[in-house]
Amino acid sequence: MAEVKRDDIINLVDLRKEFDDGFVAVDNINLYVRRGEFITFLGPSGCGKTTTLRMIAGFERPSSGKVLLNGEDISMLPPHKRPVNTVFQRYALFPHLNVKENVAFGLKLRKVEVTYEDENGDRFKRIEKLTREEIDAKVEKALKMVDLEGFESRSVSTLSGGQQQRVAIARAIVNEPEILLLDEPLGALDLKMRKDMQLELKEMHKKLGITFIYVTHDQEEALTMSDTVVVMKDGVIQQIGTPTDIYNEPKNTFVADFIGESNIFSGTALGGKKVRFIGNIFDCVDDFDKNEKVDVVVRPEDVYLVDEGLGQVNGKIISSIFKGIHYEMVLKVGKTEVVIQDTKERKVGEKASIIIRPEDIHLMHKEFSSNKYEGYITKKNTVCFGDGEFDCDVTTLYPNSILDEEGYLITENGEKIDLTDVDVEVEVGLKDIEISDNLEEGGASGQIVSIIYKGDHYQIIVRTEENEEDFVCDTEYTWNENDIVSVIIKPEDIKLKLKEEVKR
Amino acid sequence: MTKGKVISKTVYKDDKPVKNRKWIFSRKQLCIPYGLFLFMFVIFPLLLIVFYAFTDETGKISFYNFIDFFTNPTSITNLFMSIGLAGITTVCCLLIGYPVAYILSKMKQRVAGVIVMLFVLPMWINFVLRAMAMKELLTLIGMFGKNNFLNTVIGMVYDYLPFMIMPLYTTLIKRDRSLEEAAADLGSNRRQVFTKVIFPLSLPGVLSGINMVFLPTMSCYVVSDTFGNGKVTIIGKLIEEQFGVAANWNYGSALALIMLVIMFVTMLLTGGFKPQENMRGANL
Repeated sequence: MAEVKRDDIINLVDLRKEFDDGFVAVDNINLYVRRGEFITFLGPSGCGKTTTLRMIAGFERPSSGKVLLNGEDISMLPPHKRPVNTVFQRYALFPHLNVKENVAFGLKLRKVEVTYEDENGDRFKRIEKLTREEIDAKVEKALKMVDLEGFESRSVSTLSGGQQQRVAIARAIVNEPEILLLDEPLGALDLKMRKDMQLELKEMHKKLGITFIYVTHDQEEALTMSDTVVVMKDGVIQQIGTPTDIYNEPKNTFVADFIGESNIFSGTALGGKKVRFIGNIFDCVDDFDKNEKVDVVVRPEDVYLVDEGLGQVNGKIISSIFKGIHYEMVLKVGKTEVVIQDTKERKVGEKASIIIRPEDIHLMHKEFSSNKYEGYITKKNTVCFGDGEFDCDVTTLYPNSILDEEGYLITENGEKIDLTDVDVEVEVGLKDIEISDNLEEGGASGQIVSIIYKGDHYQIIVRTEENEEDFVCDTEYTWNENDIVSVIIKPEDIKLKLKEEVKR
Repeated sequence: MTKGKVISKTVYKDDKPVKNRKWIFSRKQLCIPYGLFLFMFVIFPLLLIVFYAFTDETGKISFYNFIDFFTNPTSITNLFMSIGLAGITTVCCLLIGYPVAYILSKMKQRVAGVIVMLFVLPMWINFVLRAMAMKELLTLIGMFGKNNFLNTVIGMVYDYLPFMIMPLYTTLIKRDRSLEEAAADLGSNRRQVFTKVIFPLSLPGVLSGINMVFLPTMSCYVVSDTFGNGKVTIIGKLIEEQFGVAANWNYGSALALIMLVIMFVTMLLTGGFKPQENMRGANL
């Protein structure tokens, strides 16, 4: 069992939820929630954020793992015994009760221990329900908090969406829960109302001083309101941190992409706080191993546009859209597109240059399991990629297809396709690349730029001269750095995928 | 501005029809057949019944039929027998039907659909035949003739149970499950979730079920004839006798009118006239 920190109110320990149909909604997550904080689970739909919330509320039982409240395991406790209250996505107000009765619902069920003193001065305790006066006073206070005084006897069906939302909040906070759970509570409101409610909820959190656990798919909402943001994807926590951390130092490309807009480039670290991407070497602040493959994240507002020749990389503006406060422009650098936000407009077709400051370049480890390239099919049904040309089996592009005598592809349905110049994505496994001294033998050739011993094999990077494409291969044989070699890949080891449906 | 000489002017009048035809075929004319139907088969017969009820054999206006009914102890007994029988049948149907409908609403829809079908299936078999079969069953286990009232109740419940289950099931299946979660979240245990949320919200279905069972059982003399062994006479039977054997249309009409009033009062009490949003679908 994980050690419980003193100020933790909730601890999720190896929490997992697998539904009957085998779908794993939450996959072994570990998390602590500090007392009194505003924490937000953020992620796209189906990421497991709501399921996690429902396990804290008690509506779902975890398949394995524990939910600890103040250090005690409450995983199997039914919802009505938990000191938490929920504000539901669609409010879930009771239609047969009016506003006051809705808010008083929880209070009427509450039992309190009252201590009495009899004539002899002896004290005794009794379990009692709250009195009508107590309930009325609490309901009034809660309705005041959400600005709904005077709405007591209104039927909930006559209220607007925003008012219903307020009733739902009042109904939850009136019970003085230790934790308030909010399941996308603002999802059904319009933009203006949502902005107002965000601030009000934040204010309410300050006033009440209780823990708020909030679920949303809206990154802006999460950043605005929370003390801590938990980014989730596919039932796994991607990053936990303050809104500033999450925005400025995203841990991986998913977080970078999900939180705000980002340029994500693949690059290579050069060691000594230098990184190479979009055909240029940039200074950065992260120190990665030499030749390590990295993802480079740059926010559009961190790219500075300057006149051609004055910046680090030159390119051509291919799109420019006015977005209210700024222009969103796309600069094409070589084959890559860089999104830029700037208040000064540059016209489409104009040549420009960009500057990116070292502290605005965020490097992330890239999980490198195979070589990936963009390539195209030639007339001879070979494939060009990585500055080379390789034999391949183009029939793998379409299931059950065959090649006719003229080299056209005949699909399962008898359609005839000319594959010449079709763009493909090429994937080659690390172990499927063979290195040879004979430069004529392989499909591409280059210089060995790195040899790393990985315990039982060497990982070698061969870099081509022309476009500096890398072939990373695992081999048992040792080579020398700076050797000029060729790479051999068997046709069956080249995995091809169509970039888009070919025009018939 | 267009420059040029005015050749001709056309004035358009928007607010008045261009042609003033005397008779235009419109959607309103489509209502005529229904209006005729309503008059011939609903309003006219009703007026006829009222006329017969307030006249004697010679056609003179008289209240004798009603005085006769309310001073005759046998007919009063029959009236209470009818109401009692219908009441007990309704309560039995509700007590059996609610749990069934509730359990069905919790089951997977596909399975529940089949079972609901099984409950409704007997309704496709001739009503009289079903009653006869049930009577034979009671005879077989030796119950027939022992307690005629109880047997009649059994027969009524057997025949009218589906009419209770269906509106209950349709109300319960449509219910918003998040309300139950909300109730549990606010501190209700399972029993309280039921009494405070599920049951109150299923009331439209309950009332609809009561209407569907209570009203017909008051007049359904076929069942009371079959199961009552000639000892259970309900108001429906009396009416049949007046129009048949006794051939006293005036008294029969008065009986029909009394029953109409009882039904009207029942509908009023159960809110059957209120056009409620959440009643939709609960009324079969």
